[in-house]
Formats: sequence, structure tokens, C-alpha cells
Amino acid sequence: MTITLFAFYLFSITAVMSALFVVVARNPVHSVLWLILTFFSAASMFVLMGAEFVAMLLAIVYVGAVAVLFLFVVMMLDVDFVELKSGMQKYFLIGSSIGLVLLMELGLVISHWKVAPEAGSLLQSPTPPIDTTHNTLALGQILYSDYIYLFQIAGLILLTAMIGAIVLTLRHRTDVKRQSVVDQMQRDPADAMEVITVKPGQGL
Amino acid sequence: MISVEHYLTVAALLFVIGIFGIFLNRKNVIVILMSIELMLLAVNINFVAFSTHLNDLAGQVFTLFILTVAAAEAAIGLAILVCFFRVRGTIAVEDINVMKG
Repeated sequence: MTITLFAFYLFSITAVMSALFVVVARNPVHSVLWLILTFFSAASMFVLMGAEFVAMLLAIVYVGAVAVLFLFVVMMLDVDFVELKSGMQKYFLIGSSIGLVLLMELGLVISHWKVAPEAGSLLQSPTPPIDTTHNTLALGQILYSDYIYLFQIAGLILLTAMIGAIVLTLRHRTDVKRQSVVDQMQRDPADAMEVITVKPGQGL
Repeated sequence: MISVEHYLTVAALLFVIGIFGIFLNRKNVIVILMSIELMLLAVNINFVAFSTHLNDLAGQVFTLFILTVAAAEAAIGLAILVCFFRVRGTIAVEDINVMKG
């Protein structure tokens, strides 16, 4: 048993077990923490496959951004999660039976597929030799040339998501006094102030 | 050595666990979103496994785009969830039937 095989089994078993704990955990905070472990194991598997850039991206984007976002929302919302778990037994049977059927179908596919003989000539962007071009450099070379439009669209999607999330969650509370710069700048001294000459001894 | 089938098996297991999670947590939207993330991760593993198996970098580029869309989807989904929680005071998906869809 080589060290890579041992590493593969370690990471894959960790990934599958922690994914299972994500869906069965009682506390959603624990679910998020198990999700982080799943992502780390998957990133390690990507390293084993030789896709270092995607592995680092998974660690940074998923663990650093998405999982923390989940954690933030779970902790921010004051929800009775025990009540939400109440129907779990009711769906356990149908969920596991559908999952089992799907798993058997996928097992049939995995055990019977084979690579088409002409697949070698149909490569979209063949991997350059690893000793001259490492993974990140090779990805960058095709990402900014062949896939530049897709790359731009990905940026646009992220921009849309950012604007959408801000617009959805922004709220103007009416019970809090805020500074309005426009109002301040448009204030006219002529109708904001009035000079009254008070005669001595009389008052207003 | 590790063959591509090893990775495909892990990806299939993760995908099925994701679907199982959606069925199991019918009421909790947060765990449903996490299950969707698990399924996207399984698809990513498939893409990268085939990419390295066939020596074609296009699979890893697609993984990048799936990652982008997954991040956008999580952000929008959680924003909608926060909005919904402010209005209704609960996140139970079974109560979301205002539009009678």
C-alpha cells in the first residue's frame, strides 16, 4: 500500500463521513463545521490528482468565504433549530431509499463506462507537460486567452450576486436618525436662520 | 495506484449524500443549501478527476466556473433567507406557500 493510496483513502473516508455528518447533525453550526472538513478533504484529493490551483481555490473560496457566510447566517438568525428537526424521522425512509436507488444507478454507470477511442484527439485544451508548465501557470495561460469571455461572464455573475445580496439585505430603519449629506448641503441659510433684533428690556 | 474510478465513487457518494440531505432536512433551508454545496462539490470532483485522467485542462476551468456560480448562489440564497427571516420570523420552508405555487 503506497503512501498516495493511503492518503487517498484517508481523505475520501474523511470527506464522505463528514458529508454524512453535515446532513444528520442536530446543530447547524456543527453542520457548517463538518462542511468545512469536507471541503478540506476534497481540496486534499484535488492535490492528490495534481490540480493544485483548484485545490487552493476550494480552500480559499469555499472555506474562507462560503462556509464563513453560512456560519455567519446560522449564528445571526435566532431560530429554534430543534423544532426544525422534528420531521426528520418521517423523511428518513423515503430519503434513504431514493438515495440508495440513485447510488445503485451511479454504481452501474461507474462500473461500466469506458473512454471513447477517439477521445484523445478531441481534447479541448491539452495539459502541457508538468516539468515545464505547472498547473497554475497552465490554467492561467488558457483562462486568460481561450476562456476569456467565460471568465468575464463569471466576473459579471459575481457582480450580480454582490449587488443582489446587498440590495436584498439592506434596510433603512426609520427609528434611527441618520446623517443625510444631501440634505445638509442643500440647506439654505436664508430659510434656516432668522435674525431677530431684541430691544433692551423687552425680551421677545 | 489510484484510478479515476476511485474518485468517481467518492463523488457519487458525496452527490447521493447531498440528495439525502435535501430529503432529510425538508424544513431547514440552511442545511438544504449546504446539501446543494455538497452536490456541487461532487460535480467538481468528477470534473477534476476526468480532467487529470484525460489530460485536458478544460475540466479544471469548468470547475473554476462552477465554484464561481456556487459562491454566487450561496450569497444570494442566504440573502433571501435573511430577508425571509426578517419578514416571517422563521426559516421553515414548508411555510413558504404565500404564492400558492
